[in-house]
Amino acid sequence: MKRIFYSILTVMLTLSVGCNDDKFLNRPPTSLLSDDQVWTDEGQVLSLIGNLYNRYYDIASVKDWASLAGFNEAFFSNAGSYGEFQNNGWGVSNWGTWDYGYIRDINLFIEKCTAADKLNADVKDLFLAEARFLRASYYFELVKRMGGVPLILEPLTYDFSGDPSYLRRPRAKESEIYDFVIKEAEEIKTKLPVNAGEKSRVTKAAVLAMQARAALYAGSIAKYGVNTPQVALTGGEVGIPATLATGYYTKALAAAREIISGSAGAYALYTKKPDLSENFASIFYDKSNNSEVIFADDFKLKSGKVHGFTISNQPRYGAEEEEGGRINPSLNFVEAFEKLDNTFAPIPTVNSSGAPIYYTNQVDIFAGRDARLGGTVLLPGTSFKGRPVDIWAGFQLANGSIISGDDRGGQKTLPGKTVPEQVVGFDGPIDGFEFTAQSGFYIRKYLDPVVGSGQRGVQSEVWFVRYRYAEVLLNAAEAAFELGNLADAALYMNQVRARAGLLTPLTASEISFDRIVHERRVELAFEGHYLYDMKRWRIAHLIMDGNVISASELSTDLGKATKRNTQPWGLWSYKIYDPGSANNGKWIYKVTKLSRVTGADRFQLGNYYSYIADDIINNNPRIVRNPNH
Amino acid sequence: MKMKFHLIYTLALSSLFFSCDKDNYTAPKSELAGQIVYKGEPVGVEFAQVRVQLWQPGFGKLAAIDAGVSQDGAYSALLFNGDYKLVFPKGDGPFKTIVKDAAVMDTLFVKVAGNQKLDLEVLPYYMIRNTKFSGGESKVSVSLKLEKIITGVDSKEIERVSLYVNTSQFVSRGVNISVKDVNGSDIKDLNTISLITTVPALPTAQNYVYARVGVKIRDVEDMVFSTVEKVQL
Repeated sequence: MKRIFYSILTVMLTLSVGCNDDKFLNRPPTSLLSDDQVWTDEGQVLSLIGNLYNRYYDIASVKDWASLAGFNEAFFSNAGSYGEFQNNGWGVSNWGTWDYGYIRDINLFIEKCTAADKLNADVKDLFLAEARFLRASYYFELVKRMGGVPLILEPLTYDFSGDPSYLRRPRAKESEIYDFVIKEAEEIKTKLPVNAGEKSRVTKAAVLAMQARAALYAGSIAKYGVNTPQVALTGGEVGIPATLATGYYTKALAAAREIISGSAGAYALYTKKPDLSENFASIFYDKSNNSEVIFADDFKLKSGKVHGFTISNQPRYGAEEEEGGRINPSLNFVEAFEKLDNTFAPIPTVNSSGAPIYYTNQVDIFAGRDARLGGTVLLPGTSFKGRPVDIWAGFQLANGSIISGDDRGGQKTLPGKTVPEQVVGFDGPIDGFEFTAQSGFYIRKYLDPVVGSGQRGVQSEVWFVRYRYAEVLLNAAEAAFELGNLADAALYMNQVRARAGLLTPLTASEISFDRIVHERRVELAFEGHYLYDMKRWRIAHLIMDGNVISASELSTDLGKATKRNTQPWGLWSYKIYDPGSANNGKWIYKVTKLSRVTGADRFQLGNYYSYIADDIINNNPRIVRNPNH
Repeated sequence: MKMKFHLIYTLALSSLFFSCDKDNYTAPKSELAGQIVYKGEPVGVEFAQVRVQLWQPGFGKLAAIDAGVSQDGAYSALLFNGDYKLVFPKGDGPFKTIVKDAAVMDTLFVKVAGNQKLDLEVLPYYMIRNTKFSGGESKVSVSLKLEKIITGVDSKEIERVSLYVNTSQFVSRGVNISVKDVNGSDIKDLNTISLITTVPALPTAQNYVYARVGVKIRDVEDMVFSTVEKVQL
């Protein structure tokens, strides 16, 4: 016993010997890099700026499928999301952002990069310009969601004196934030490369595109803010004086024209493929020499940066995983696409006397429409990854009764037959059955046609396009329209429309506010523009006024900017079973109200600018609350 | 020896399960309740749209206690006893708040001590009077009178008058089965307004519906409503 005790004691004493060797104890940590190490090495700085790029804020992104398709442009065929169609609007905190940690990190980057003297001067200038672009981008995001915010351009440091009040800054005016974004873009555009091949790092064109968009937003808030006098603060933190509108529109047009002129690189509309719908869908997945994309959030297979958009939204029938089909574009959205003669018309389900129209092929009902419809929406009768989608709601018999199933591809015996057969599509639509095309449609935009993109172990590398040339053209068209230059507005808008197969150009006199609103809605659908556009034109509370949509008004006033859009509707196809009749085997369509849609959205005036959280105001009482909160 | 160790461990462990009630507050018990009224008459609103905010200063960080206003203009909140400031969020409700003086504006100072009733006097833009509902043959009709309360520079025009019908007692802009709108510009006489709407086939077997009339005032977000009435079909 004693021996064991002594031997343990000896071992412990040996281990407890220390030394006083400073060199031995003060070793640099192997898991941290010091400022000196980082700011002498270009590669290290690149990884720092890469981190800042990855923290870029998008209100909608392929990383989060539901963020892309709100506001009744689509129904969510996902049991956990039905609530979105059963409530009557949004909380005032929705879409809020207040990430001053990100701004501080960018400010620190700028401060340290400016001080770094061991970096090559060209490289240093580029890094600084990139950081300033990211900072301006986030302030742009902040002002869109929150209105004017404190404009902090240097890293703030607390001195631990017990009184942090000297760090409190009031909110800047909304116009001041827009001015800042526009001014930053003006200053850094010459420091950035002119390179149309670069998509994921900022280029001169990306900065100009941001500048044009920011100026356009500011201009429209100045012009249309008068329609909602309640959405304004006396200090100007929310609301821009109407007198500034022309100035902003002029800047927007100038910036957009700089891209269009080609001085920022050779950008053009994407026109590689002869099938116009396929061509439109390709903009979002074709990453080789894509002349349209200006700036994108890029992904790469096997790199860890991939996303599951295709998994969530692939057609359920033959899907690579047992899920998909979540975003179902609504009939409201589908009907917004024009006919090729530039007129608006409902999807023709019945003729003028109210009798159903019989179609030989399922997809015929959508014939003669804007090609972007087929490029954005996966229509019944079309294919994905070489497999036709199987969307049909059932058989209709001669007496008008319906035979349908309650499971995907469900079987029943038709009258006069002995063997059960399939009576509903493997993609639905089945009311309340998640992952089937409950509205009758699937989304096509961003769906990745590569094999494996729908597998959880592989996922997709389709990029998320933040700025593209078509939007620049539409920005130019809108700015020109607001400045009274209708001929130029028509010129720019017709380019975008011609690419979609709308070959009859609109004349200058046909360009109207409704046309501008419509064109952005269909061209830029599911790209994160819809909410911001409705907000800046101050029409969100008119479009989503809380009233239910009746079947009769669904198809009226198509193409009107303030057309009600409070509930998603569906369009279901049925196969005729009437042996002996000429219509046997043909298709009819019925406008359908989905049972899971019970609410009607109302966009409150308090939704125009998001709620600034109480803890932010408690920490900084100089922050004034947003209107109607 | 071994037993003793076990005992010590068990005792040490069991000490972790002790707790004290020092940091457990009792739940708030005092109910502050009341109605939004104009000269003692309740002002009807849409449910879940208008709210009353209660602020209790003096405890460090501030956050409002929201009390929702129901269809008949009633609100209630369970509170701790103490001093509260009661306000309507700016722009909320189909009415103007009554400004007492420049210092306190429209804030009400409420001392809560036990249950109490507090009606909130406001100035609605319009009041709906003499509503008479009648039903039959799948139709609901109503006649009413509108009284313009706020006149002069602050007065506002009527945007539209709407009759809403629903199968349950919750009747609003978003929750209804039938609506009839009349634009404000089409109303010639505020004293005789009548609306009629057709009720579609009801999803449930019932021979009655609930109806109410709402008035949308230009540039005011919330609508003012009549009481909800059960109408036999």
